Amino acid sequence: MSTTVADPDAIDLRPPLLSRILRFCRRQPLGTFGLALVILIAITGIFAEELAPYNPTANDFAAMTEAPSIDHWLGTDQFGRDLLSRIIYGARTALIVGLSSAFVGGSLGLVLGVGSAYFGGMIDMIMQRVFDIVMAFPLIILALAIVSIFGTGVQNVIIAITIPLIPRCARVVRSAALVIREVPYVDAARACGFGAPRIILRHMVPNVMAPFLIMVTAFVGQAILAEASLSYLGLGVQEPVPAWGLMLQGGAEEYASTAPWIAIFPGVAIMLSVLGINLFGDALRDTLDPKLRDR
Amino acid sequence: MYQYILKRVLLTIPTLIGAAALVFLLMRLIPGDICLVRLGGGGASFDPKALAACHAEIGVDRPMIVQFLEFMWGAARLDFGTSMWSGKPVITEIAARLPISLEIALLATVVAVSIAIPLGTISALKQNSWLDVLVRVFAIGGIATPSFWIGIVSILLVLDISGAITGHPWMPPIDYVPLWKDPIRNLSMVMLPALTVGYRYAAVSMRMTRSAMLEVMQEDYIRTARAKGLINKLIINRHALKNALLPIVTLIGIEFAFLIGGLVVTEQVFNLNGVGRLFVQAVQNQDYTLTQALVMLTVAVFVFTNLAVDLLYGWLDPRIRFN
Repeated sequence: MSTTVADPDAIDLRPPLLSRILRFCRRQPLGTFGLALVILIAITGIFAEELAPYNPTANDFAAMTEAPSIDHWLGTDQFGRDLLSRIIYGARTALIVGLSSAFVGGSLGLVLGVGSAYFGGMIDMIMQRVFDIVMAFPLIILALAIVSIFGTGVQNVIIAITIPLIPRCARVVRSAALVIREVPYVDAARACGFGAPRIILRHMVPNVMAPFLIMVTAFVGQAILAEASLSYLGLGVQEPVPAWGLMLQGGAEEYASTAPWIAIFPGVAIMLSVLGINLFGDALRDTLDPKLRDR
Repeated sequence: MYQYILKRVLLTIPTLIGAAALVFLLMRLIPGDICLVRLGGGGASFDPKALAACHAEIGVDRPMIVQFLEFMWGAARLDFGTSMWSGKPVITEIAARLPISLEIALLATVVAVSIAIPLGTISALKQNSWLDVLVRVFAIGGIATPSFWIGIVSILLVLDISGAITGHPWMPPIDYVPLWKDPIRNLSMVMLPALTVGYRYAAVSMRMTRSAMLEVMQEDYIRTARAKGLINKLIINRHALKNALLPIVTLIGIEFAFLIGGLVVTEQVFNLNGVGRLFVQAVQNQDYTLTQALVMLTVAVFVFTNLAVDLLYGWLDPRIRFN
């Protein structure tokens, strides 16, 4: 008589994805609200062409600094451009800069942090001192110094924000990876003769994903704020690309008393998107790191 | 204790040297010849002799290592050369703008600490109450809102409110007057920027205070203090807050060092001629002698603030001092 024994690896003991999502929503109402905001902004950015009522770069000199109305829900700027359309397209710019800087900076930090912990010794010490040095530069200052080298524009802004994020992620990931380095399965992998890249990428990286995801989520918000600041200073995204920080430059202060909507709505867009990301990030941290719950 | 101080002071040297090397290399990565930009910025033709003279003047005709050693020697004596844009000594340019930035940074710290510690403590003690929710919303709002936008909105509010009350919209003065010469004029100029920067600073510190207090309040010695019958005020002030201060002090120190970064944008909003605005102008004018000096200044502020925080640790926690 033959009996069929189920392969223990094939059994997924975790509850289904939908019930996990529902549990997250029930336990983290603020995080769910944040996630809803993030999804809303992402949809706005992705479907900007379909959602924007006007061309965001088209000037209408007959409708300059027009107050919010049925035609222009959020009013127009000093060049007669529709603010709602510019905010909708600005979401795309913010997401492109925020997500690319956070993921590229975070991923490079992940590999460097895990590598530093894995090799240890002199390599670890040198890398830690380099991280110390780079982290002594405030994000916006290092980004400004990098912009002064590469110049302005979306791509250069992404580079300028990515570089300061690398050591910030590497430092956190390294501390988690130092614990993973000592566990038996890493020793076993070494005993099997696997090379360092395989051990780092296949065995260590997946086990430090919790701090990595928490860091990357926080980085998206920081990158959006940094992009808005650089663009506001005139050293980030350049006209005519619609960007929230850029919308607050020049006209916003000049027309502050006569057309306050130029200053208010882009700022609200920045605040809501960063708020959404931060709330979601906090909830994610609480879920992935139970030690931090109730703090 | 002296050994501890000496060790910490010596540790700052490699960080400063490394940062100087990074700044030096970054500025040498700027594409093109800076003298060509300077001489032919308007597209005009230039004399090759003038180009050679410019190279000699800023020292780029010498080997890189010599340039680096000269830069380091100059930095050690606070001599960063002359501004490539104004022709004035860099240190004079910075010294003229430093007082206003420093005043805003210190005032913002006072604002932040006086808001963050009481509110963070109350929030932790009244965990999950409506007050706690309110404080957390206030904190998370401060972190999510760009300081330059708070600045713009605060100017807008001041204009509207003063216009409605007096009939004449009021604007803060533009010329900097030292505090000891005219305190009212000085404070009316720096208070709004300090509040703007201080709000974000307070928000970050408030979250840390709440978190640290929640952790400390669950410690055994707090239970013991309660069991001894100590009054709540004494437990909070003598036992809880003192032990929770260590991470709060660290964060306040780090945030103070990073305030210069925040000031870059805030000074632009309020049209203040501080170090932050000078930084933006230096980058816009491709004035790399000034840019590298300002980056070094920011790093030095960061390193020395961290040093001060570490020394403060020794005073706050004797275990650190003796280990």
